[in-house]
Amino acid sequence: MKNIIAAGLFGLAMSVSGLAFAEPIKIGMITTLSGGGAGLGIDARDGFMLAIEKASNPEIEVVVEDDAQKPEIAVQLADKMIQSDKVDILTGIIWSNLAMAVVPSAVAQGKFYISVNAAPSQLAGAGCDPHYFSVSYQNDNLHEAAGAYATKAGYEKTFILAPNYPAGKDSLAGFKRFYKGEVVNELYTQLGQTDYAAEIAQIRASGADSVFFFLPGGMGIAFMKQYAQSGVDTPLIGPAFSFDQNILQAVGDAALGVKNTANWSKDIDNAANKEFVEAYKAKYGRLPSVYSAYGYDTANLILSAAGEASVSDADAFQKALEAADFDSVRGKFSFGPNHHPIQDIYVREVVKEGDILTNKIVDTALEDHQDAYAKDCKM
Amino acid sequence: MQTALLIEQTLNGLQFGVMLFLMAAGLTLIFGVMGLINLAHGSLYMVGAFACATVAAWTGSFWLGLVASLAAAAAAGAIVEITVIRRLYDRDHLDQVLATFALILVFSEGTRWLFGSFPLYLNIPPLLAGAVPIPGGAQYPLYRLAIIGVGILVAIGLYLLISRTRLGMRIRAGESDREMIGALGVDIRTLYTVVFALGAALAGLAGAMVGALQSVQVGMGEPVLILAFVVIVIGGIGSIKGALVGAILVGLIDTLGRFLLPAALAAFMGPSAAASIGAALASMLIYVFMALVLAIRPRGLFAAAG
Repeated sequence: MKNIIAAGLFGLAMSVSGLAFAEPIKIGMITTLSGGGAGLGIDARDGFMLAIEKASNPEIEVVVEDDAQKPEIAVQLADKMIQSDKVDILTGIIWSNLAMAVVPSAVAQGKFYISVNAAPSQLAGAGCDPHYFSVSYQNDNLHEAAGAYATKAGYEKTFILAPNYPAGKDSLAGFKRFYKGEVVNELYTQLGQTDYAAEIAQIRASGADSVFFFLPGGMGIAFMKQYAQSGVDTPLIGPAFSFDQNILQAVGDAALGVKNTANWSKDIDNAANKEFVEAYKAKYGRLPSVYSAYGYDTANLILSAAGEASVSDADAFQKALEAADFDSVRGKFSFGPNHHPIQDIYVREVVKEGDILTNKIVDTALEDHQDAYAKDCKM
Repeated sequence: MQTALLIEQTLNGLQFGVMLFLMAAGLTLIFGVMGLINLAHGSLYMVGAFACATVAAWTGSFWLGLVASLAAAAAAGAIVEITVIRRLYDRDHLDQVLATFALILVFSEGTRWLFGSFPLYLNIPPLLAGAVPIPGGAQYPLYRLAIIGVGILVAIGLYLLISRTRLGMRIRAGESDREMIGALGVDIRTLYTVVFALGAALAGLAGAMVGALQSVQVGMGEPVLILAFVVIVIGGIGSIKGALVGAILVGLIDTLGRFLLPAALAAFMGPSAAASIGAALASMLIYVFMALVLAIRPRGLFAAAG
């Protein structure tokens, strides 16, 4: 409490001198820090906090809480943060189902929600809101890029599979939106499935010349290892989620050479990215992942807006966020009319650097890409 | 090629079933002998996988990892039995469910504290890498055949242990009347610890073998646990034979259902709809089967006498 008062007084003093922000900002971060999906939340938090600490501004306060990947906990935390912590901005949610449970009511209460990862189509189209921003992407973006890449690479018969839940269905639809060849088979697996022998047998029998799969987290690890052991050698394409920095080490050499689509990679050549990768490695002793990068960009976006406008003046603050006047580690970055990014999406290849598996950009799948829902957004 | 695919899928179902058997055997043994519902059985599976991955990473040998997984899971099982489970035998099932659920949380967060949140790496041993030809012209991974082999060996071993040895005799006696064998001078406390450790070791073995196929991560035991419960309900609670038959049936029905249902539906609807509806129906199939079994034989296929 003392800190808050001190920060408040300091803020008051600064606003008089007009040097820093108009008033202190309180950010509530709800993210997944326990359970099977904790790796993603930890990376997003670490990236976010890295940027906050680098800014070292005493007027910014961040409250971090663990949602354990459960929608009901996320909703409780959001209520607590809005009502008793009195936060100005919410952020941090990794999973789309949790975002759907929290975001609509948070923005209805006048709070800003700035997403580090989850970006379901419902919030990008007709359900968009002036106070909702996604810094990461729209959920379909990476799958669309995979479809574009498969077309460009000359694949004609693709076998596609994803888990049987909303994001899985969106992913296959996204892929097909940009794929010109023939889909030889389309499969939905169970969410959380760990054995893919039955699916791999069908891939072997299908005569496909490529396989697109969206299997985030442990599902992707299981699939990749079993695929490598099966002796099937049809090339794999997937979004970055199954090829993220921390997942790759668990997959092992089975991932080598696989192409995946991402809007960030540690070898994107710009000063902000180099500085981010070095600082992250120095502070946490591991390479950043895409989630770390989204977290870092989100914090820098908030910092840039806070330097321009007071968060209590919602319209001005929204304008400052829309301007996206910060150095993104992704290089090109701007917001479309639905507050989702317009950005380049790359094709990466899994390579080995010394003992560590990592990704290298080999191509650009889509340039200045915007999502398919922006036209439905009226605000 | 279609025959080959069918043979391959049948083998997949068999391998899945054998893996479920290793989980379900321990679960049903513990429930049958001690009357205890152990939700933390999946955590012991996780312990086995983590022990195997860690030791394999240290020593470079999967086989040492496998030994370590048996030892670690058995030790974890014995410790848990002595410190926690022992106090629960005389309580009702609800208390047992609550306490063993708490154990899941303790194991999960403890594992995260020790190993971090990111999945570990465990590969199959070079000896079992690669694929072998199967009838019909396809290839089948050698490692999965090895899992089927291990499962059959464990099933035979358990059968001999329970029907032919002194320990097995005591286990069977404990199942029927625990006061009486206590009165006959058998150290029932030690017997229970041994049975619990044995069940834990089987779960650990399953975890280690499957860990090489999948991701070794916190929470990996819970989805398998649900299926293991389905298996023992179908097979008859407390019956090892029931666990074996139930596990193989569930493995085959699940694998073949996921493969055949979408294909069958595609004959009279669009591929997208068939994929989505087929997947949804296939995920229900084993539960429908369980309901059918329970409707015809309410105590399961091989219900223990009494």
